[in-house]
Amino acid sequence: MRRFRETLYRWVFTILAFASLLFLTGIVLTLFWESFPFLASHDFFDTVFGLYWYPTYDPADFGMLPLITASFVVTLGAMVVCIPIGVGTALFLHELASASQRAVLKPLIEILAGIPSIIYGFFGMIIVAPFIQNLLGVPTGLNAFTASLILGIMATPTVASLAEDALSFVPRSFREASLALGANRWQTLTRVVVPAAGSGISTAIILGIGRAVGETMVVLMVAGGAAVIPDSIFDPVRPMTATIAAEMGETVMGSAHYSAIFTIGLILFFITLAINIVAEIISRRFRLKLGLGR
Amino acid sequence: MQVRRNTGRVARIFSCLPFLLVFVSGVSCSDPEAGNTLTIKGSTTVLPVAQIGAEVFMDRNPRVDISVQGGGSGVGIASLVDRTTQIATSSREIKKEEIERARAAGVHPHETIVAMDGIAVAVNPSNPVDNLTTEQIRDIYTGEVSNWRELGGPDREIVAISRDTSSGTFEAFEKLALDGLKVRPDALVTASNQVVNTTVAQTPGAIGYLGYGYLSDRVKAVSVDGIRPSGETIRSGRYPLARPLYLYTDGKPTGDAKRYVDFLLSEEGQRLVQEQGFIPVSEGGRLSDQGYEPRDKSWICSSSELREIRSALRVLRSEREGGLKTACLPFPEKRDRRAA
Repeated sequence: MRRFRETLYRWVFTILAFASLLFLTGIVLTLFWESFPFLASHDFFDTVFGLYWYPTYDPADFGMLPLITASFVVTLGAMVVCIPIGVGTALFLHELASASQRAVLKPLIEILAGIPSIIYGFFGMIIVAPFIQNLLGVPTGLNAFTASLILGIMATPTVASLAEDALSFVPRSFREASLALGANRWQTLTRVVVPAAGSGISTAIILGIGRAVGETMVVLMVAGGAAVIPDSIFDPVRPMTATIAAEMGETVMGSAHYSAIFTIGLILFFITLAINIVAEIISRRFRLKLGLGR
Repeated sequence: MQVRRNTGRVARIFSCLPFLLVFVSGVSCSDPEAGNTLTIKGSTTVLPVAQIGAEVFMDRNPRVDISVQGGGSGVGIASLVDRTTQIATSSREIKKEEIERARAAGVHPHETIVAMDGIAVAVNPSNPVDNLTTEQIRDIYTGEVSNWRELGGPDREIVAISRDTSSGTFEAFEKLALDGLKVRPDALVTASNQVVNTTVAQTPGAIGYLGYGYLSDRVKAVSVDGIRPSGETIRSGRYPLARPLYLYTDGKPTGDAKRYVDFLLSEEGQRLVQEQGFIPVSEGGRLSDQGYEPRDKSWICSSSELREIRSALRVLRSEREGGLKTACLPFPEKRDRRAA
């Protein structure tokens, strides 16, 4: 009986563990299946490098370059915002903050991480966009810059709390050894602690990037939505996720447009896949350098 | 003792009520004898009106089951001709060729106008421009004109705000104002009429277009070709960016189709029309004289969300009243094109 129960539990948990694999396969297959009609009837490179996105006109243009560029621009901008703030916060929390400061800051950062993205979107649309517009005198505050700013703020808690975790995983002996050798605090931090936590910090940053690339609501509300390659960071843009969200519910099922939207999803999937692979490579390299192994 | 046993039994009956409910509603849905099915197909612009009308109508007439589908005006009329739908909705008048094809198939399309669709062009209240011609609007949206100075306004860059290309409002605007020309790619694309209001209200150089019924008092509607948009000018067709929305039936509507059309034209039906952002057409009704009334007070909730909430409430309410059939009320297949 006991043996039976153990086998049963073993199976149940094996199935649960493989369930995510099943979902992943299902999602990938669906993406391929639904985008296949489009990929079969349109030249992939013309699409990816096409400059005009007019999916409902006749003849339709399915140029995705403006959408892909927009995603990259907005994500890069978000990184510029969230890496210094996020990593800086982590360093402060780990090195300088007193116990009482930590007790206040850590939960607050976690609350920031838990705010739904639509709230960020509203905040960006109602408060930040008009502010940026008046401050900088740009024609519209709904642009790549504002979207980057909001996305960066959104990704900051992810980066901060993961980087902080990474820093706290650095063995105490490392720091003690460094101080014992006569290094001061700054030297210990920059030469020993940060490199040792490097893999964790890079993973934190890359997960932050992942969050920014896939974020939909904020860019839908704040990025402006113009499907054009921006001349400057103050031009409105239309990232891939916003395009999918805005058009999916309205398009005719089975049409070329419908299939094209799935193709965007497929491209987005491969971009995030690439990000994850890079994250994995970086974190491995850091581990090897430190001789920590796996 | 007697009492206790009774309560026990009552409790048992209640405990199986959910199953009973599922069972009964399942039966009433699948049983073809239980009601008649009315199919409405066609324009995506008319879809929200047809859908909400169908929901309320089915509430009143539980025996009638209405299926509302989009697909486009052409698809609707083609379906009417091959008799796969009883009512075709259309955002344009039926074409001559379509009438001929219908006649050849023995179908006699009968036209009913249920609502007027008017597109208002809005600018920021600080903008001195009060009137634009249709040519000027077209030039703005195709990118020919990019500064308000060229239109008699201040030296300020024009921020053109458009809607996603699949929305009914975009479709109407494209037909009525752009002659099928492409909107310049650097126009801002927003996801709903409400966002157009907000963005135009916030942006001094902005111009946007939206369903007339969604116009808020935070923006300024301009006259088009010298005609101010109002319920009256849209209904009469004098306002250039206006068009009627049609229902087509084979001959005069009869039976359930007639009751449905009559319902849409009734005061209540026309109120639904207005709630969806269109202009009522009903003759003699007080409603049609009310004209424009800003309804954009709570822009956090889009009208499609409101509609979902409303229909969910309705299901709850009718379940409480014992009307089990609404439990299988078909939920909208597509979301509201105008607001979603």
